[in-house]
Amino acid sequence: MTRSLLIFMGAFAAISMSFTALALLPSLQLSTIEPTPGTDDYTYEEQLGRDVYLREGCIYCHTQQVRPQGFGADIQRGWGDRGSRPGDYVYDETHQLGTMRTGPDLHDIASRQPSRDWHLAHLYQPRSVSPGSVMPAYPYLFEVKPESRVRPSEVTVPISPQYAPPGDSVVVATEEALALYEYLMTLKLEEMSGS
Amino acid sequence: MPDSDDVTPQSRPEGASPEALEANWRRIVDRSTRWPVIAFIASATAWLLIGSLLALIASFKFQFPDWWTQQAWLTFGRVRPAHLNTVIYGWISMAGVGIGTWLWARLLKTELRGGLLMMISVVLWNIGMVIGTIGILAGYSRAIEWVEMPYAAFAFIVPAMAMVVASFLLTLQKRRVEHLFISVWYLGAMILWGPFLVIAFLLPIYSGIPEATANWWYAHNILGLWITPAGLAAAYYFIPKVIGRPVYSYHLSYLGFWTLALFYNWAGVHHLVGGPAPQWLATVSIVFSAMMIIPVIVVAVNHHLTVVGHFEKLKYSPTLRFVVFGAMSYTVVSLQGSLQSFRSWQEVTHFTHYTIAHSHLGVYAFATMIAFGAIYYIMPRVTNWEWESPRLISLHFWTTGLGVGAYFTALTIGGVIQGLQMLDPDVAFLTIVEDTKPWLVVRSVSGTLMTIGHFVFAYLLVRILTKSGTRPEGPTYFHPVPAGVFDRSTGDGHSSDRPSVEDIEEHPGL
Repeated sequence: MTRSLLIFMGAFAAISMSFTALALLPSLQLSTIEPTPGTDDYTYEEQLGRDVYLREGCIYCHTQQVRPQGFGADIQRGWGDRGSRPGDYVYDETHQLGTMRTGPDLHDIASRQPSRDWHLAHLYQPRSVSPGSVMPAYPYLFEVKPESRVRPSEVTVPISPQYAPPGDSVVVATEEALALYEYLMTLKLEEMSGS
Repeated sequence: MPDSDDVTPQSRPEGASPEALEANWRRIVDRSTRWPVIAFIASATAWLLIGSLLALIASFKFQFPDWWTQQAWLTFGRVRPAHLNTVIYGWISMAGVGIGTWLWARLLKTELRGGLLMMISVVLWNIGMVIGTIGILAGYSRAIEWVEMPYAAFAFIVPAMAMVVASFLLTLQKRRVEHLFISVWYLGAMILWGPFLVIAFLLPIYSGIPEATANWWYAHNILGLWITPAGLAAAYYFIPKVIGRPVYSYHLSYLGFWTLALFYNWAGVHHLVGGPAPQWLATVSIVFSAMMIIPVIVVAVNHHLTVVGHFEKLKYSPTLRFVVFGAMSYTVVSLQGSLQSFRSWQEVTHFTHYTIAHSHLGVYAFATMIAFGAIYYIMPRVTNWEWESPRLISLHFWTTGLGVGAYFTALTIGGVIQGLQMLDPDVAFLTIVEDTKPWLVVRSVSGTLMTIGHFVFAYLLVRILTKSGTRPEGPTYFHPVPAGVFDRSTGDGHSSDRPSVEDIEEHPGL
C-alpha cells in the first residue's frame, strides 16, 4: 500500500494547497471589505429581478466587470468611468462576473441606458431597438392583450410598428420583466474619491 | 522502481504457456468489469446525444434569434448551461469512469470489486443528471458557470462518485501487481481530486468576488484534475498497447504526473486577469499556467515519441487513430493554455469566442476523441462481440475530427477579430456582433457534423451491445491489415488462419 498511499497523499496535498490559496484565502482577505458608494443591499423587487437574470442565463453573453484604465477599452467605450472593484459585489450572493461578451458589459448599464421603455422593449424584442442584435427575445416575460383589458396599474410597453402585436393588442410587462428592469438599474458604478 | 512495464508486450514472459495463462486471467478481469463499464459508457453516450442536441439548439439561435423564443425552457441562457452540464457531468465524466474502471482492473490485474456499488452509482448518477438537466431548463439554474445544476442533482452525483471511489479502493487492495503503471497514478489521483473539487465548491461559504475565484479554481480543475487525468491515463495505456512498444520514457512519465499534480490546480484564476479580483491571485495563476509547459512537454514527448515510426498503424486501428488525435490535441490545447494566460493575450481573447474554441479543443479534441478511441478498444472485450462496420467508424472519425477542427479554427479566428475590435473604441458594438456572425455559422455547421458523428457512434454502440449482425471474424480495422503490421515479436500464440476469441481479446490492435 505504500506506493499508492504516497500517490494519494501527494495528490491530496497538492490540491489542498491551491484550495486554501485560491478559494479560502480570498474569502478571508475580502471578508471585511466595505461596499463601494452607491452599492446597497437589494430590495425585494431587485432581488426578484436578479433571480430572473440568473435563471435566464444573462451571464453567458454579458459580463459584469468593467476593466480598469490601461487594460482593454471598456472605459473608452463608455461602459463605466472606472474599473469594477471588489466592494461593488458585496451583496452578490451568486457572482455574475461572466466570461463572455457576445453582448456588452452591464456593470454600469444604469448610467448608460436608464430608460425603462427602452429596456422593456429590448427584452420583448431586442431587434426592435437594436437592429442586428443576436440577443434572444423574451416574449414570455410579457403579456400581449387587447388594450381595453389593460388595468391602470399595468405597464404598457411601446414597441416599434414592425414588431408590435397586430390589431389593438398591446404588450404589457409582467412583474418579472419590471423586476428585471429594477435589478438592471442597480448596476451603476459611482465615482470613487481617490480612485 | 522496476524496469518492466506491465502493459507492454515486450515485458511479458516468453513462451506460449504463460501467455495462455495471461490471456485467461485477462478475460476474467475484463468480464468482472463488464456491467459497470457497459452501464457507464452507454449512459455517457446517451448524455452525449442529449448534450449535442442542446448545443445545436444553442448554436443555431445565433442564426435564428427569434426561433423558439416563446418557450422559456428553450431560451439560449438555459440551453447553453444545460449543454455544458450534460456533456461535462454526463458524457465525459461517466465515460471517464467507465473507461477508468476497465483500465483500473486490467492494470491491477485483478477482478473489479464493488461491482454492485458501481451499478448503484450509475443509477444515482443518471438520476442526478436528469434532475440537473431538467432543473436548468425549468429555471432552477444556480447561474454559477460549470455548476449550474441545482443542489438536488449533486445530492445524487456526489454519493455516486463516492461509490466509484469505494469500488476503486476495494479493487486496489486486491491488486496482483507490484508495480503501478502510470495510468494507475492518474486514475488514482483523479478519483481523489474529482470528489474533492465538487464537495469543496458546493460548500455554502462563498459569495461576491471570492466566489468568483473559487469558481474558476473549481471549473478549471474539473478540466485539469478530473477530465485530463482520465484522458492521459487512457492515452498512456492505449498508445503503447496498440502499437506494441513500451512508453518512450517511463521515468519522464513520473515527472509529468507530479508536475501536473503540483502546477495545474493553481492555474484556473487566470480567468480573472484584469478583473476586480485581487491581482495577486491572477498573477499566481499566470505563473503556474506557464509552468504547465513542463508536464505538457513531458507528456508530449512520451506520447509522440512512442508513435514515431509507427504512423502507418493509424491507417488501420480506429483506437489508435482516435487516441493519437486526442494526444496531439492535448499538446496543442495545453501549450495554447499556457501562452494565453499572459495578460497581453488575455486582454484580446478573454470575453470572446476564442475561449469557447479553446475549451472545445480541450474537452472535445483531446478528451472526447480519446474516450471514443478507448471505447472502440474496450467494448469488444466486455461484450465479446465486434464492431459492425469499419466504414461507419471511419465516418464517425471524419465527421468528429473535421467538425472539431473547423469549429476550433472558426471560433479562434472569429474570437481574435472580436477581441481586437473590442479593444478599439471606435468600432461600434453592433459592428462587432455583425462581424462575428459568419464564424458562428461555421460553428453551427461543424457542430452539426460532430452531432452526426455522435449518432453514428451511438448506433454502432447499440449494435455491439445487442450483438447484432453477424459476428465479424477478428478485430475491426479500417482496412485489411497486411501481415506483420500488428504482429508482435515472438511467441504470442497468434495463428493467422484461426481467429478466435483469444485473438480478439489479445490482439494489440482493435
